[in-house]
Amino acid sequence: MTQNGVNQGRRRFLYIATGAVGAVGAVGVATPFVKSWFPSEKAKAVGAPVKVDIGNLKLGEMVIAEWRGKPVFVVRRTPDMIDVLKSDSLKSRLTDPESNVDQQPEFAKNDTRSLSEELLVVEGVCTHLGCSPKFVPEVEPQAYDANWQGGFFCPCHGSRFDLSGRVFAGVPAPSNLKVPPHRVDGNILTIGEVA
Amino acid sequence: MSNKNFKPAWLDWIDRRLPVSNAYEKHMSKYYAPKNFNWWYVFGLLAMIVFVNQLLTGIWLTMSYVPSAAEAFNSVEYIMRDVEMGWLLRYMHSTGASFFFLTVYLHMFRGVMYGSYQKPRELIWVFGMFVYLVMMAEGFMGYVLPWGQTSFWGAQVIISLFGAIPVIGEGLQEWIRGDFLISGITLNRFFALHVIALPLVLALLVVLHVLALHEVGSNNPDGIDIKKHVDEKGVPLDGVPFHPYFTVGKLPQVVLFLFVFCGVIFFMPEGGGYFLEHPNFEMANALKTPEHIAPTWYYGAFYSILRAIDFPIFFIEAKLGGFMAMGGAIAILFVLPWLDRSPVRSWRYKGWMSKVAIITFAIAFAMLTYLGGQPVTALNGILAKIGTVIYFAFFLLMPWYTKIEKTKPVPERVPE
Repeated sequence: MTQNGVNQGRRRFLYIATGAVGAVGAVGVATPFVKSWFPSEKAKAVGAPVKVDIGNLKLGEMVIAEWRGKPVFVVRRTPDMIDVLKSDSLKSRLTDPESNVDQQPEFAKNDTRSLSEELLVVEGVCTHLGCSPKFVPEVEPQAYDANWQGGFFCPCHGSRFDLSGRVFAGVPAPSNLKVPPHRVDGNILTIGEVA
Repeated sequence: MSNKNFKPAWLDWIDRRLPVSNAYEKHMSKYYAPKNFNWWYVFGLLAMIVFVNQLLTGIWLTMSYVPSAAEAFNSVEYIMRDVEMGWLLRYMHSTGASFFFLTVYLHMFRGVMYGSYQKPRELIWVFGMFVYLVMMAEGFMGYVLPWGQTSFWGAQVIISLFGAIPVIGEGLQEWIRGDFLISGITLNRFFALHVIALPLVLALLVVLHVLALHEVGSNNPDGIDIKKHVDEKGVPLDGVPFHPYFTVGKLPQVVLFLFVFCGVIFFMPEGGGYFLEHPNFEMANALKTPEHIAPTWYYGAFYSILRAIDFPIFFIEAKLGGFMAMGGAIAILFVLPWLDRSPVRSWRYKGWMSKVAIITFAIAFAMLTYLGGQPVTALNGILAKIGTVIYFAFFLLMPWYTKIEKTKPVPERVPE
């Protein structure tokens, strides 16, 4: 291993050892730079649960709450709307009618994707690229859907969702709208925590 | 002592400590550019001029801009209305962004026509592509800073693209935003990257791009290697010193360019809604998406490719497929030097297939760029898919059509 008085084996060992220690150091130095990009304590605090009074929300209407900076759609659905959501003719046009993809708390894994059948709580953030869909409750033919049964339409890339936030097949959005964790105590809806 | 070799004492003093004269000779007075350069060769110089414009106006805008969600929008209005000539600085910067891309696109197309990326100029092309990539990030982050509706929702759409990546996508989005949705936190970090980090990287890449070019020498419209025929001093017979022949020779074109640039700044600074989009004159609102979100024109082609994939490919869902197609469209540009297997550089000596391919590609790219700003309709959807197929076919079939086609012989010397 020795050439011209140089111990090549020892030299190679020292190269690798120095390099390895340097690499560990580089990772250590990079840590604060990478970590500082995660949501700060302040951002997390703003993301705390919010309370909304839904006592004045009329049948067929929607209010938009804000949670973690995102719009949350709260809709009080009419019995007619609920019937449509349970119909096979609608469900056959959906990508995930049974809500199998994990986009909701366990309690919302049903046709209305909600605690009580009447009250829908979904994040108003399109699962395609994050635009906010529009609430189009009227049952009438639309340019984007001749057989429109009421729901949400995203103007950015044309994704459509039914009135429980389930995505239609053949649109760019891959999954149903997200149902945030929430609970209802009387007229007070709390978004952001379950219990 | 002849006047030519006279060197003042002060310059001699510096040269013994810093090789100023050497560098000047190497890169300017004794850098030999082919004498058959045509007007396509001005765009690299023009891009450099716009880059300097962006740096200067950018530094001045920073003096009045406030990077916070509450203040950003108003501070831009303050620049536009109250700061002395602030409107001009801002329009020089926003128009400059579009012209930076315009000149770089034409510069790149020149490279494609004349095979400037071919051996031994692969690294020049690769550094140039990195310049282009950093420019795209720089332009995107800069567009967020005025904190208008297009700023906000454009950023929302682009960052959501990373959500398409399996497993880590969701967390990656939060890491980039620093929040659960685009917020002032995101704005502040984009400001830091746009104003400090990326310009530094860009400047470094431009230096590498030029150093690599000056190592091997410029290509020319005929793709002739001018270093093969040199005089007794080693000067290429078909070359002329870069300075003053190129620099001064291109002055009329530079002036013409500045006329056009100023015309846009003074008479149509919004570029008809393509340079500055109309919803951006309304402050960012996280609860209201504008009716129509389109990227600025210079991202249009890649946005069209993203939208063209609206169907699942085997087990890859449409969202991830679109993201991969868009990423692939940019990535494939980097390997262009290794896709072209033609024995000649310039399309002047390539066969008909290369000529048809390059022209078809240019038309498809222009069409995709246009479609990127248009809403999705049935017809636009089909056109975008056709454009996407042509875009990828141009690159993926290149090793085949450049190899089998019959080429013309390249002259030894530049034709008179």
